[in-house]
Amino acid sequence: MSVEGLLIIGILLSSFLPGVIIFFLREENHLGRSFLNLLGAGIKLILVAVLLWEVYRFPDQVDAIRWSILPGIDLALGADATSILFVTLSSVLWLLTTIYAIGYLEGAPHRSRFFGFFSLCVTATVGIALSANLLTFLVFYELLTVSTYPLVVHRGTAEAMAGGKMYLTYTLIGGAVLLLGVAWLYSLAGSVEFAERGVLDSLVASHSWELKVIFWMLIAAFGVKTALVPLHGWLPRAMVAPAPVSALLHAVAVVKAGAFGIVRIVYDVYGIQTAADLELLHPLAIIASITIVYGSIRALFQDELKKRLAYSTVSQVSYIVLGTAMLGPLATTGGLVHLVHQGILKITLFFGAGNYAETLNIHRVSAMNGIGRRLPLTTIAFSISALGMIGLPPMAGYVSKSYLQAGAIQAGEGWVLWVLGASSLLNAAYFLPILFRAWFLKPPVEWPEERSFGRWETHWMLLVPPLATSVLVLYAGLFAESPFSPLAWVKLIAARESGE
Amino acid sequence: MNSASQAAISALILGPLILAVLAFVYPRQWRWLCLTTFPLLSSAVLMLAWQVFSSGPFRISMGGWTKPLGIELRVDGLAVFLLIITTGIGLGVMLYAMRYFERDSKPGNVDQIQRQAYFWPLCFFLLASLNALFLSADIFNLYVTLELTGFSAVALIALAGKGPALTAALRYLFVSLSGSLCYLLGVALTYGMYATVDTSLLSSEVEPNFVMWTALILMTGGLVAKAALFPIHFWLPSAHANAPSPVSALLSALVVKGSFYILLRLWFEAFDALVTPAAAYLLGWLGVAAIFWGSYKALIQPRLKLLVAYSTVAQLGYLFLVFPLALTESSGFVAWSGCLLFLGAHACAKTAMFLTAGNILHAAGHDRIRDLDGITHVLPVSVFSFALSGISLVGLPPSSGFVAKWLLLNASLTQGKWAWAAVIILGSLLAAAYIMRVLTHAFTRVAEPELTNPIPPVMEWTGFTLALLAIALGFFSQWSVELLRFGAPFTGAAFSVSVSP
Repeated sequence: MSVEGLLIIGILLSSFLPGVIIFFLREENHLGRSFLNLLGAGIKLILVAVLLWEVYRFPDQVDAIRWSILPGIDLALGADATSILFVTLSSVLWLLTTIYAIGYLEGAPHRSRFFGFFSLCVTATVGIALSANLLTFLVFYELLTVSTYPLVVHRGTAEAMAGGKMYLTYTLIGGAVLLLGVAWLYSLAGSVEFAERGVLDSLVASHSWELKVIFWMLIAAFGVKTALVPLHGWLPRAMVAPAPVSALLHAVAVVKAGAFGIVRIVYDVYGIQTAADLELLHPLAIIASITIVYGSIRALFQDELKKRLAYSTVSQVSYIVLGTAMLGPLATTGGLVHLVHQGILKITLFFGAGNYAETLNIHRVSAMNGIGRRLPLTTIAFSISALGMIGLPPMAGYVSKSYLQAGAIQAGEGWVLWVLGASSLLNAAYFLPILFRAWFLKPPVEWPEERSFGRWETHWMLLVPPLATSVLVLYAGLFAESPFSPLAWVKLIAARESGE
Repeated sequence: MNSASQAAISALILGPLILAVLAFVYPRQWRWLCLTTFPLLSSAVLMLAWQVFSSGPFRISMGGWTKPLGIELRVDGLAVFLLIITTGIGLGVMLYAMRYFERDSKPGNVDQIQRQAYFWPLCFFLLASLNALFLSADIFNLYVTLELTGFSAVALIALAGKGPALTAALRYLFVSLSGSLCYLLGVALTYGMYATVDTSLLSSEVEPNFVMWTALILMTGGLVAKAALFPIHFWLPSAHANAPSPVSALLSALVVKGSFYILLRLWFEAFDALVTPAAAYLLGWLGVAAIFWGSYKALIQPRLKLLVAYSTVAQLGYLFLVFPLALTESSGFVAWSGCLLFLGAHACAKTAMFLTAGNILHAAGHDRIRDLDGITHVLPVSVFSFALSGISLVGLPPSSGFVAKWLLLNASLTQGKWAWAAVIILGSLLAAAYIMRVLTHAFTRVAEPELTNPIPPVMEWTGFTLALLAIALGFFSQWSVELLRFGAPFTGAAFSVSVSP
C-alpha cells in the first residue's frame, strides 16, 4: 500500500479506535479517556500534516485505497487538495473541541458514551473529506448522521429527545433522497469517482434532463445538512445539544459535511463548467442568497444566544454554496476559503457561548450586560470572531467576503453584491448589540449562578480553545497572502479546478 | 460428487437428526450435544462452499439411484448461500439459548427444565429439516422437508406454554398445514402430468396449460401463506412475538425463508415456462402492500416483540420484489442477488433484534415500549445491538441491508421502474420511524431506571455479534455475489451493474 494509503488509514483509525475503546471504559476512568482522546487527536493532526505535504508535492495522486463491495462498485479513499482543506480543518478543530469537551463535561453523566460517539462523529467527518467517490461519501455521510444523533440527545430530556427526533427526521429523509440520487447517477454513469472538473461530460448530450433532476436531488439532500432554506428547520432545534457538540456541529461536522457535499457535486462530479452549461448554477446561487438573507433576519430576533448563533450559521454556511454557484476562480476561492473561515469563526463563538453558560449560567443576550468584565478573555475571543463574521478587516471573514464580491463581478452576477452588502449589515445588526452589552453596559450586582475556577475566569480547558481559535481567525486574515494560509491553499484548488 | 461432499451433506442432514434423537433420549447431556454441532455444521458448510467455488454446482444421488427413480440433492450457489445463513444463525441462536433456558431452571422450576428438555431436540430437528430443504432438488422432497420444518416450528412456538402462545401455535399449525396441502396438491398434479418431480427435468418439459397453471397457483398460494406474504400474514405476528425469544429469532430469520426459497426454485426454475409478467407483478405488488402494512402496524404496536414481528412482515415484502425485478431479461441477476443479500441481511439483523428484544423483555419484566424509558442505562449493550441491527434493517450504509437495497434500487432504476425504487426508499424511511420509536424511549433519561433481572453476558453479546455481523457483511458482499452466481437461473449471467451510456 502506498504511503498515502497508510496515512489515510491512520487518520481514520486515530479517532475510530479510541472511540471504540472509550465505549468500554468505566465511567470514572477520566484520565484514561482524556488520554485516549488527546492521543488520538494528536496523532491525527501529525498524520494530516504529513498527508498535506504529500498532496502538495504530488498533485496528481490517484486514490490510495480501494475495496470492492460489489462487482464494479468500490469504496475508495484518497486525498486531493479539496480533501486536505476539509480534513485539516476538522482535525485541528477536533483537537481543540476535545480539550473543550473534557473541561465542559467534567462530572456530567455518561461521558464514555459521549466521547465514544464524539470520536465516531469525527471519524465520519474525516471519512467524508477523504472519500474518493460518491458511494464512499454516502457511506460516511450516513455514518455521520447516525453518530451525531446520540450526541444531540445526550442530555436525555424531553426537549433533547424532540430536537433529536427532528434532526433525525430531516437527515434521514435527506439521506433517502441522497441514496436515490446516487443510485440513479450510478445506474447512468457507472461508478462516480471524484475528479477535478467533473466526470459527467460524456452524458450531457444524451441524458441532460436526468442529470438536471439528479443534481437537484443531490442538492436537496445535502441542503438538509447545509441548512439551506427551507430545509434548515432542524438546526436551531438541535441547539439542545451540549455546547461542544453544537460547536462541532456548526463549525466542522454536520453543516460542513453538507456544504462539502455540494462542493464535491458541483466541482468534482458535474464539473463547474458542465453545471453552468446545464444551467444549474444560477438557481443554486439564488437559493443560497435567500438562505443568507433569511438566516440573518431570523438571527436578529433571537434572544437566546445559541439560537442567534444557529441562525447565523444558517446564513453563513450558504456563503460557501454561493461561492460554489458562481463560475470563475475568484468565486471558487471565496466559497472554499469560507469553509475554513466560517469554521474557525463559528467555533470560537460557540466556545464563548458555552463559557457564558457554564461559568455564569447565562443563556440569553439580554442577560449579557457587562459580561466582558467578568470573562474578559472569553469575550475578547468572542468579539474578534463576531467582528470577523461581520466581515471587518483584518479578520478572516473579510477575506472570504472580498473574494466573493470580486467573484460575483467576475461571474457577471452583480446582484450578488447587494446580497452580500445586506448580509453584512444584518450581521452587524445582530452581533454589535451583543458586543455593546458585553463591554459597555453595567454588569449586574450578582450573576445568577456563578462558579469560581480559581485563578482564571473559567476552567482553563474552556479558556484555551476559544483563545486558540481566535488567534487562528486573526492569522487567517492578517497573513492571508502568505504561503501558509487557508487562502493560499484554496487558490491552489481553484487553479486546479478551473484547469489553469 | 466425491466422498468429501457426501460426508458434508450427511453431516448437515443426518448430523442434526442424530443429535435430535440423542437430545431427546439424554436430555441432561444437551450441553455436549450443542458443542458437537458447532464444529460439525460449520466445517460441513464450509466444505460445500469450497466445493462450489472450486468446481461449480453439482448434484448428488442418494444411495446411488439416479433420477427419475432416486432422490437427488443439489448443491449450487443459492443452496450453499442459504446453508451458510442457516448455520450461522442457528449456531448464534443456540449459543444464546444455552443461557436463555438455563437462567431460571432452578431445581423447583419444573416448567423451565421441561422446556429446556424439549427445546434442544426440536431445535436440532429444525436445523436438519431446513438443511435438507435447501439441498432438495425435487418438488416432492421439498414438500417433505417443508412439512418437517413446519411441525418443528409449531412445537417450538408452543414451548412458551402460555395461553396466547398456544393459540398462536395452533393458528400457525392450521395455516401451515393448509399451505402444505395446497402445495402437495400441486405436486400431485405435476407428477400426474409429467411423471417426474425433479426441478430441472420439469424445467425442460413443462408447457403452459390449464393443469399446470392450476398446479402452480396451488403451490404458490400454499407457499405464500407459509411465507406470510400480505394479506396472509395474519398468523405471523402473534406466533413470532409470543414464542420464546430464541425461537422467535429462528422463525423470523430462517423458517419463513424456507418457503420463500421453494417459491424461488419454482418460479425461476421448475415452472419458469409458465410465469407471466402479470403474475410476477401481482406478487411484487403484494410485497409492496406488505412493506407498507407491516411497517404501519409496527409503528402502532404497544409491545416491542410485536413491533419486531410486524417488521418481519414488512421486510418479507421486500423479498417479493424479486419477481417483478428479476423476471425481466436485462438486469435479472442484479435484482436476484439483491433479493438474496436482503434475505441474508434480514436474517442476521432480525435474529439480533429478537435476541435483544428478548433481553429487554427479560430484564425489564415486560416489553411495553412506552415504559422502556432509560433502558439504555441498564442494558447499554442490548440497546446498542438493537440500534445496530436497526441500521441494517433501515439500510444505512455500509450495512449488508444497504448493499442489498442498493442492488434492488439499481435494478429498478436501470429498468426504468420508478415506482419500485420509490417503494424501496419509503420502506426504509418507515423502518427508520419504527426503530426510532424504540430508541427514543430507550435514550430518554429517567431518574432511576428499573432492572428486575440481570442478563447473562453471553445473551447480550450474541445479539451484539450478530448485529455487528449484519453491518460488517456489507463489506464482503462481493463474495456472496460470486457465490450466488454459481448455478443462477440467468442465461449469460453477466453482472452489469450499470448500462454504459
